[in-house]
Amino acid sequence: MLTKRIIPCLDIRDGRTVKGVRFENLKDVGDPVELGAFYAGEGADELVFLDITATPEERKTLTSLVTRIAMHLNIPFTVGGGIRSIEDVNALLQAGADKISVNTAAFRNPVLLDRLAAEFGSQCVVLAIDARLEQGDWVVYLNGGRQSTGASAWDWAREGVDRGAGEILLTSMTHDGTRAGFALDITEKFSTGLPVPVIASGGAGTLDHFREVFHQGRADAALAAGLFHSREMMIGDLKRYLLEQGIPVRL
Amino acid sequence: MMAVSVAIIKYNAGNIRSVLFALERMGFSATVTDDPGDIFQADRVIFPGVGEASSAMAYLRERKLDDLIRNLKQPVLGICLGMQLMCSRSEENDTQCLGIFGEEVRLFPPREGFKVPHMGWDTVGNLKSGLMEGVEAGSHVYFVHSYYAGPGTDTIAEGSYGLPFSAGLARDNFYGVQFHPEKSAGAGERILHNFLDLKI
Repeated sequence: MLTKRIIPCLDIRDGRTVKGVRFENLKDVGDPVELGAFYAGEGADELVFLDITATPEERKTLTSLVTRIAMHLNIPFTVGGGIRSIEDVNALLQAGADKISVNTAAFRNPVLLDRLAAEFGSQCVVLAIDARLEQGDWVVYLNGGRQSTGASAWDWAREGVDRGAGEILLTSMTHDGTRAGFALDITEKFSTGLPVPVIASGGAGTLDHFREVFHQGRADAALAAGLFHSREMMIGDLKRYLLEQGIPVRL
Repeated sequence: MMAVSVAIIKYNAGNIRSVLFALERMGFSATVTDDPGDIFQADRVIFPGVGEASSAMAYLRERKLDDLIRNLKQPVLGICLGMQLMCSRSEENDTQCLGIFGEEVRLFPPREGFKVPHMGWDTVGNLKSGLMEGVEAGSHVYFVHSYYAGPGTDTIAEGSYGLPFSAGLARDNFYGVQFHPEKSAGAGERILHNFLDLKI
């Protein structure tokens, strides 16, 4: 049986792993190479790396960091942040990424998704959507949550999948960093309504939040960062809990 | 241990870096090459691949790598698309493949509760052959695929995703796995080790 995936996320700025609350107040939580290897050994099902600075100068050092992390990983590795072109993706795949995640550039230039899917295959293209709940509607935000588009997250997700995105990484900015639980309603809508896997992100705080997001939220995977970085929750403990709750996971 | 030379066939199908890294973590090195002489002389040949079947086959034919692969005598391991290309044919753009394995490759039909691609960690069972030695039935490995080879006489590992499929195939010196051993943690490393240790 296909298992539910647990995915730790490394938000990277200036070569270090950082964590903020609602995308702000970033603080340093460690060396990404060490953290990546630690999570692979702990039973993480995949590792996501998001470069949240992604200025042109930093991108060159970024690929070498991707390589240093990839060398130590025996699990799939997704890299995102500032990806705008086929060349960007090629460089990251050559550096050792297995999938890439696009966000702002895909929204501004949706045909990028078609091109990436045609060049590398949908299985390689993750569309990351940062959404915030505003008067009952989930709205797409860009630039690491700094800029509202006014666009519907659901409409964008459907268009993205039609264009070739093979997976959706859905982050609720409303829940991110709050540790009050995942956004179950929109996760459920995406997971049941889209023909591709959905990774739920934002709001994990307790073991039971993960059970909820898989059970009520129907997510295919759940992503968290701060909770794992601080070692408040160990991935092995989380997976044993989920298994006891009848949720299929890989131990 | 004697040094084993490993050639990874270089062609226009996806990322091979993770295969290289996996071998390096295990203490082996490999050459990524499309040179017929290098491939022919290697002790082990890995035929990786992520991508689309018809363009990958066209590329192999153009460079006459198709005949070369069929005629290899050392252990050969196809991974993911590599395994599918070793089958008889693929429904993906109606592609004639290498015909090393008798099985045919089909698209997963759309079914409620089974998203396509089949992506993530899933179990393998009915394990046979030295390639799977020491891997327990029910072990999880990492899959990413929309097409599958049905179970057949060459099947050495079975998967199930709404229907049974071949997670591994073997015939003579040829082996194939649908999953990615290089991304399948301990179980995958065991399989890669087994492949490098195979006696022919």
